[in-house]
Order: sequence, then C-alpha cells, then structure tokens
Amino acid sequence: MKTYLSFLIIFLSFSHFFAQNEVENNEVITKKLPSIKLKDYKGKVVNTAELGLKGPIVFSFWATWCAPCKKELNAINDLYSDWQAETGVTLVAVSIDDEKTKSQVAIYVDGKAWEYIVLLDPNGDFKRAMGVNNVPHTFLVDTDGTIVYSHNNYAPGDEEKLYEEIKKLSLK
Amino acid sequence: MKYFFFTIFFSPVILFSQANITGNIESTFQFLNNDSIIGATQPDQKGLINSYMNVFYTQGKFKAGLRVESYLPRIQGYPNRFDGTGIGMRYVGYANDLVDVTLGTFYEQFGSGLALRAYEDRALGYDNLLDGMRLIVRPKRGVVLKGVYGYQRLSFQQGKLIYGEGIVRGVDGEINLNEAVKKLEDFPLTMVFGTSFVSKYQVDNDPDLILPKNVGAYGARAKFRYKNVTLDGEYIIKEQDPSNDNSKIYNYGHASVINLSYTKKGLGILLSGKSVDNMSYRSDRSKDLQDVLINYLPSLNKTHTYNLVSTLYPYATQLLGEVAFQGDILYTFKKGTKIGGKYGTSINFNVSTTYQPIKHTSGINPLDSSGVTYTSRPFDKSDSLYWRDINVNVTKKINKNLSFIFSYFNITINNDVAKISNDSKGIISSHVGVIETAYRINKTNSIRTELQGMFVEKENGLIKDKGNWATILVEYSISPSYFFSFMDQYNYGNPLESKRTHYPIITCGYIKDATRFTVSYGRQRAGLFCVGGVCRFVPANNGLTFSFTQSF
Repeated sequence: MKTYLSFLIIFLSFSHFFAQNEVENNEVITKKLPSIKLKDYKGKVVNTAELGLKGPIVFSFWATWCAPCKKELNAINDLYSDWQAETGVTLVAVSIDDEKTKSQVAIYVDGKAWEYIVLLDPNGDFKRAMGVNNVPHTFLVDTDGTIVYSHNNYAPGDEEKLYEEIKKLSLK
Repeated sequence: MKYFFFTIFFSPVILFSQANITGNIESTFQFLNNDSIIGATQPDQKGLINSYMNVFYTQGKFKAGLRVESYLPRIQGYPNRFDGTGIGMRYVGYANDLVDVTLGTFYEQFGSGLALRAYEDRALGYDNLLDGMRLIVRPKRGVVLKGVYGYQRLSFQQGKLIYGEGIVRGVDGEINLNEAVKKLEDFPLTMVFGTSFVSKYQVDNDPDLILPKNVGAYGARAKFRYKNVTLDGEYIIKEQDPSNDNSKIYNYGHASVINLSYTKKGLGILLSGKSVDNMSYRSDRSKDLQDVLINYLPSLNKTHTYNLVSTLYPYATQLLGEVAFQGDILYTFKKGTKIGGKYGTSINFNVSTTYQPIKHTSGINPLDSSGVTYTSRPFDKSDSLYWRDINVNVTKKINKNLSFIFSYFNITINNDVAKISNDSKGIISSHVGVIETAYRINKTNSIRTELQGMFVEKENGLIKDKGNWATILVEYSISPSYFFSFMDQYNYGNPLESKRTHYPIITCGYIKDATRFTVSYGRQRAGLFCVGGVCRFVPANNGLTFSFTQSF
C-alpha cells in the first residue's frame, strides 16, 4: 500500500510539472549550476554559482591522469583567445584530481600556460552535484546560470561543436 | 519510511516553483566467459548488472539527495558484499551564508585527508560515506569550521546499507589569514592554517587485551604562497590503536606530507615528500583491505594513463609505514622557437621513490606490557626500496592535423612488500616505451594509435614475473557521436609458452550530449582504461560489457 502511494505521489508530482511546462511554457524544474564552495588552484575560495563572470561559461571536468581531458583542454587553449574575443566565453577547468595527484594540477596548468580559471574538486563534491560519471565532461552555462548543453567525452572536433553552442548563446 | 522520504523529496515540486534537479545514471551489464588466465569465471547467472542513479534536489536554501543502487548481481571485480537494490545514500540539508547542515549521508575531507576522508569511487565500488550529521559554519570571511558525526558505510547487502562497528566524530577549522584579516588582504604572502581532531569509538570485546575504545587522530596544516612559490604541508598523529593491520601494537602513528612548487607560464616544478608510520585508521579495528578507512593515504606518484603502465605494476601505499618522495617538472618550449616549432613542445619529467622507514628497537622490549614495539620519526628512511618510477614524455604537434606523444617509463616495484604478482619474488624492474599518434583526417574524423612495449629486466638470465608485453591500440572517432576502438595486450615474453596470450578488446560507443552508450567485447586486465574519449577504472573481465551513462 505504502509503495503504491509513494509511486502515485511521484507520478502526480511529475505529471504536474510536465503539465505546467506545456501550459505555461515556464519550466518549474531547471538545471541550474549547483552552488559548491571550491578552491581555485592558487588556494582562493570560490562559489561555483557566483563566479562573477560576464558571458557564457564552459565548465570542463578533467584530471591530470585523463589523457582525453588534457587533449580537449589543450585543443581549446589554442583557440581560446579567439573564442573569448568573439563570444566573451570563460572556461573553468574543474580538476577532479584527489590528494594523490592534486599537487600536479598547478604544475600542468602553468606548465601548459593555460589561461583558464582552474578549480580543484578533490573530494568530488562539484562532480557529484553536476552528475558527472566519467571525465572529460563539458557543460555550457548561460548568463542566467542555466546549463544549456553538455557533452561526455572528447574526440578531436568536439571543440567545434561546443563552439557552435557557445555562439548560439552569444547571439541571443 | 520510504513513502515518507519520497513525499518529502518530491512534494516541493508541487508546492513551489524553481526547483533544481541534477543527477546521473550509470548502468553496466556484463555477460561473461570463463577465463582462467585473468582469473575470471563465468558466474552461474551468466549475466551481471550494476546500476545506480543519483538525484540531487535543491530549492533555495534547502537540499536533498538520494542514490538508488542495484546489484543483480554485482559485476566482476566489484567488492563481494554488494547485492540487492535499495537506497545507498540519502540526505536532507539546509545551507545559507553562515551555516551548511546535512543530515543523513555525506562525503567530507579534512585538509589533505590524512585524518579524515569520506569519499566514493563508484567505478571501483569504493564508498566509505558517513551517515549522521555534518555542520559547516562560516562565521566570517576566510574562516571555515566543520563538525562531523556518523557511522561509516561498510557494505550494501540485500539493498541495505551496512555500517562499520565504530562511530566517527571530528572537528576541523581552517583560516585564510589574507581573507580573514583586512590588513593582510594585499599582503604578498598568502597564509592558510588549519587543524583537525578526529576520534572513533568502538567497544572493546577483546578477551585478552585492554583496547582503547576511543582513538583520536589530530594535527595541523599550513599553506604559504609567495609570488610563484607555494609551500604546503600537514602533520597528523594517531593515538594508540591496536588493530588487525598493525598486529595489535600500542604504538602511536604519524603521517606527514609536504609539497613545494614553483610555477610560471610555461614551467612547473614540484617537489613532494610523504612519511607514514602505523597509520591505518578504521572505524572497525578488525577490518582490512579498503574497508571503513577513516583516513586517506594515497601513494605519492603519478597516475599513469597508458594501459601497460597503469595495469601491470601499480603501487599502493603501505599503511604501516613508508617514506616517499616525488619530483615533477613540466616545461613548454614556446611557439616559434627552434624546439617549440609552430605549436610549442612540452616536456614532462617525473620521478617518485618510496622506501621502508627505519624502526628503532634499541632499548625497547617488545614483550613488555606497554605494547610499544619500536620508535620511528618522520622521513627517517632506510635504503630498502619499495617503489621507484622514472618517466619522461614529450608532446609534439607537427601540424594542424598530426601530433605525437613519446613516453618512457622505468618502474621498479618491491613485490615482497607491495605485492602485485604471484609469479615473482623481490624487485621487479621494467622499462616501458610508448608512441602515441593522433591524426585528424578532416573536421570530424580522426584516428589515434598507441604502440606500447614493456621490457622486464631479467634476473640471472631468467625471465622475471610475466616477462615482456606489447600493446597496440587503434581508435577511430567521428565527432561528436561515434567511436570504435581495438586494443590488444600481448604477453609475448611470458616464460610459460601456454601463457603467451593476447588480451584483445573491441569497444564501440555512441555519445549524444550527456548520454553515452558503449559496448565492448574481449578480455581486459584491471586498471585505468582510457578509450573512446573518457577514462575510467575497470575490474578484470572477459566477455561482453554494455554500459550506459546519463547526466541530467
């Protein structure tokens, strides 16, 4: 009986929100950027939902032990100044390295002369909140903090698809 | 009870607007074959499936989260105490600028984790979450105080959480002086200090010994940054904790880490040291392996990506004691220079070593009533080697479409201490060379190959351990949605001819935004597996694996 009741309630809640979506075209459930306090790779504390950036933001989850992640971020790094000039986008590279490899993050980031904002998520709090299964996972967030696009993996060329999505936002 | 929880969980959706839901699903199905070579056997059920789904709900200052897990039964290589379907994580909470409170399950880390770290690694079945209460207070800018209280997750049986026997309590404080003290805001030296105290309680039911019921672990940490130089470190002492791990000695334990780094654009240098003695700290003193560890003591070395390096001789920390050092340097030759070429060339050099610590026994009677069997000091090392890894890699982009990575690794492991193979004794030393090529055919199609060779040093003319290996990997990807890969590990140098086997595996995948399907068929060794544009840790298996992941 209890099981039946709980399913009924779940069903009702979902049907309610879908119904509202259709009628009012006003989403009741959105996917906003979760608010998690992390440190950047220089030690400054930041809130992921209040980065104070203008323009769209790309969050890219990576790790020093993830070869495709590094390929993706190195490929974007070559294009980054053009992307910024044309769309005002900022890339936030979120390292999920834990204590084992966390100290290598700054070495890699500066050694590769990346221009990104780099955040450390050593215990996976932000990774979990964003629903990341595997790295790399890239999210595009609009100026309202709503997640509008995400992609889980990297193959050469994916950065161009990402850039098309960024341009769609800056045209709005 | 469940009914109550679901109601709480979803009722705000009906009542208010602007709820926020995120989460993810992962499901892995396996159909396995018998394979004596990698120690995989076909289970009676033939088909195995692991699934979980996380749902995180936030609305304004309220939050709630839940994970439903399912093992019907668990996939191969997963801990053997996972079965059934049920709720593996659930919490409710409230957070504003001053407080952040969680009731239910949570993950947490104090400092670098030497005293306390509750975390998960779903791919490996590792989860030592705390179930209880956590309060985080931020009384002013730059100051964070944390308090935790809870039981640790030990396993998941018949769809229910099973906890470790002891309770875990802890407090932690951290102050960033430059943020907390206005006068220091623009001071060029940034300073962060922290301190932790953790305690566990477990009943003493030992018939012979008087065991400490409450065992504390405490210490302090600091981080300094001046211009391009960063220095950080932490030191933790653990009180007397006779356990299965340490053969019930009454020694205090200690652990320390220290990192010194210098970075500027195009250059990064890191020197690290770590010292551990008698630091296994569990909420149940009778447990072993990865069970109910309260603290986290990772090995001090690079996590390698290439398959032969990452799967054959990985090293895990010796909880009872080790002294380790690491040096890492990454330099990028600028674009337009002779070595840098048109795109810049990067060189990374990394060395890590681990030694047995010295245990001083003079003046100590191990049989006296104190139960203290030796004394030891941080970074007091012997010459007995546990591990050494010397590796270098060069990344070179030739033109817009073609790039190479050349790597060399020399890995030495003491198989008597850090046991990794049953086929050998003593020190195993290996040399690995890897050439990785990436070629972009056109805007969306690309091909990537890896050629890897592992050469194990002979001893007195005899082949050591499993001998030499070679791996070939070919991966074809069509951005943004498809990939096909073939990998074969070949143990061509095995001293036993019957074991000179291939480990071929084919993997195909389809990715649409945050949805990903992969199918693989073949044989694979346990370890970090990076194909199809993602990396994940996998257990050994032989057969068909289908996996599905979705983020939302």
